[in-house]
Amino acid sequence: MTEPAAVGVAEGGAHPAHDPVPNRIHAIPVRYPWRWVSAAAIAVLAAMALHGLVTNDQFQWPLVGRYLFHPNVIRGVGWTLWLTAGSMLIAVVLAVLLAVARGSENPVMRWVSWFYIWVFRGTPVYTQLVFWGLISVLYPRLSLGVPFGPDFIEFSTKDLIPASRGALLGLALNEAAYLAEIVRAGLQSVDPGQSEAAKALGMKNGSILRRIVLPQAMRVIVPPTGNETISMLKTTSLVLAVPFTLELQFATNAIGNRTFSPVPLLVVAAIWYLTITSVLMIGQYYLERHYGRGFDGHAAATTRSSHRGGRGRQSAINAAGTTHDPSPLDEVGGPPKAGTL
Amino acid sequence: MSPAAVAPMVELAEVHKAFGHHHVLRGINITVPRGSVCVVLGPSGSGKSTALRCINQLEEVSGGRVLVDGELMGYRETVHRGAPALQRLSPQEIAQQRSRIGMVFQRFNLFPHMTALGNVVEAQVHVAGRGRRQARERAEEQLAKVGLADHVGHYPSQLSGGQQQRVAIARALAMDPELMLFDEPTSALDPELVGEVLAVMRDLAESGMTMIVVTHEIGFAREVADQVVFMADGVVVEQGPPDHVLVTPREQRTQDFLARVL
Repeated sequence: MTEPAAVGVAEGGAHPAHDPVPNRIHAIPVRYPWRWVSAAAIAVLAAMALHGLVTNDQFQWPLVGRYLFHPNVIRGVGWTLWLTAGSMLIAVVLAVLLAVARGSENPVMRWVSWFYIWVFRGTPVYTQLVFWGLISVLYPRLSLGVPFGPDFIEFSTKDLIPASRGALLGLALNEAAYLAEIVRAGLQSVDPGQSEAAKALGMKNGSILRRIVLPQAMRVIVPPTGNETISMLKTTSLVLAVPFTLELQFATNAIGNRTFSPVPLLVVAAIWYLTITSVLMIGQYYLERHYGRGFDGHAAATTRSSHRGGRGRQSAINAAGTTHDPSPLDEVGGPPKAGTL
Repeated sequence: MSPAAVAPMVELAEVHKAFGHHHVLRGINITVPRGSVCVVLGPSGSGKSTALRCINQLEEVSGGRVLVDGELMGYRETVHRGAPALQRLSPQEIAQQRSRIGMVFQRFNLFPHMTALGNVVEAQVHVAGRGRRQARERAEEQLAKVGLADHVGHYPSQLSGGQQQRVAIARALAMDPELMLFDEPTSALDPELVGEVLAVMRDLAESGMTMIVVTHEIGFAREVADQVVFMADGVVVEQGPPDHVLVTPREQRTQDFLARVL
């Protein structure tokens, strides 16, 4: 009798002694000729595009190189980054407050949150930015005090909210309205059993939110928030409306106009926006990994050897190596008492 | 020990619960003495889980009184316009009352973003106010007691159902509760994992913990319970020692139920 196993081992050759599968299949893989055809077609198209980019003098590549690290451009990158990071940070904090207020048992809080989202989501961000630019005209002086009564502290609006802060505030307040809805969806995605278990342990609403619900909601919140951050990166170019003129888009545009070479400066801006977006995407990957811990086989991979291929619950359990087949009762200690009764 | 001297651990007196027009509990009376095990049986929809959830105020009762260790749960007795009245306690006060009662859920409800150890440490630090180190030691000890000393660093998703439920029990016990509530603790488990959870519960009962267990495990009731309560359609149909309720039930509905499940 010829065993297929013997044939397999003979063919495989390498280390037949270690293979626990006696009749290992060495299958011939499925061939995908069309993949090769499509790859070739794409390669030709890519070469054409590259050729068009390199040989077209209108792009003025030497100019791109010269202005890529121009001080005004670098300063523009700095301001763009600051506006993006700063406004997102304010927006996230505000959004969590709005989302919690929206789900609050206090009707006043619910109504305030609803109204805020209605106003800031319902008007164009450009309009809001123009408004923040004009606030010092509307209210030349701001003061803290009793309405219709005495004032305690007074500020000049122009000093308190210069264009840079107006831009930051305008972007943040608008963004918070969108993020609030994302956070709300995240909070709703958490199994109600989680807060119930926390309540049963005697936890108070504040700690339940901070310790139990929000960390789990982050799994749902982070991906769309990453999306919003990348969108915000480019929305910062609208702060011209305030008017604030130091960020990347305006800085490159200004150089382009001055030197009568708009295209290479557009390329400079595009390169920088793409670079920042790439960095943000890397950051998002790590954030998602952090908040995904405990939800997939990933933690098993880091705490245990290197079993990474596993997906889903069962493989996570297997990867963790916590269960052993013979009898789960062994672990309890004591004789296995009548099973299911 | 004269029964009059010591207040029962749990007393449900004429408890009603209605969700809108849906009348789930229709006047429940159950008394659970300190250190005893009460098993609540009944067909699904009979209100037994709701009754359990009324004890730790996960459900607000619509009528009647719930007393734990002699203390009225969820309300304060006061006087309003010259007449005795009940005032709802604040969420903080209710949280305080709950912290003395442990609860184990059908679906485990472990915190998936924390390890087994983290799950058991959490409330010790954030409710009982223990130091991290002390909480950690206590958690390790408690996890060892339920046979999970080797799994402290695992996330719930890496544990089997039976192991998760044992973590949940350890999590509740680490708070030093006076009373443990079990809401169908083995109903979501694969049959071969039921035994390990029941074994832990049996040990707990032997250690003198007051327990109220909603379950379908008749064998567990017969073996461990001091008192069996049979509920149907929001009322207690029959209650008493397991030998009476399970072996020689008087009521037709109890007989029918037992004939179906046994």
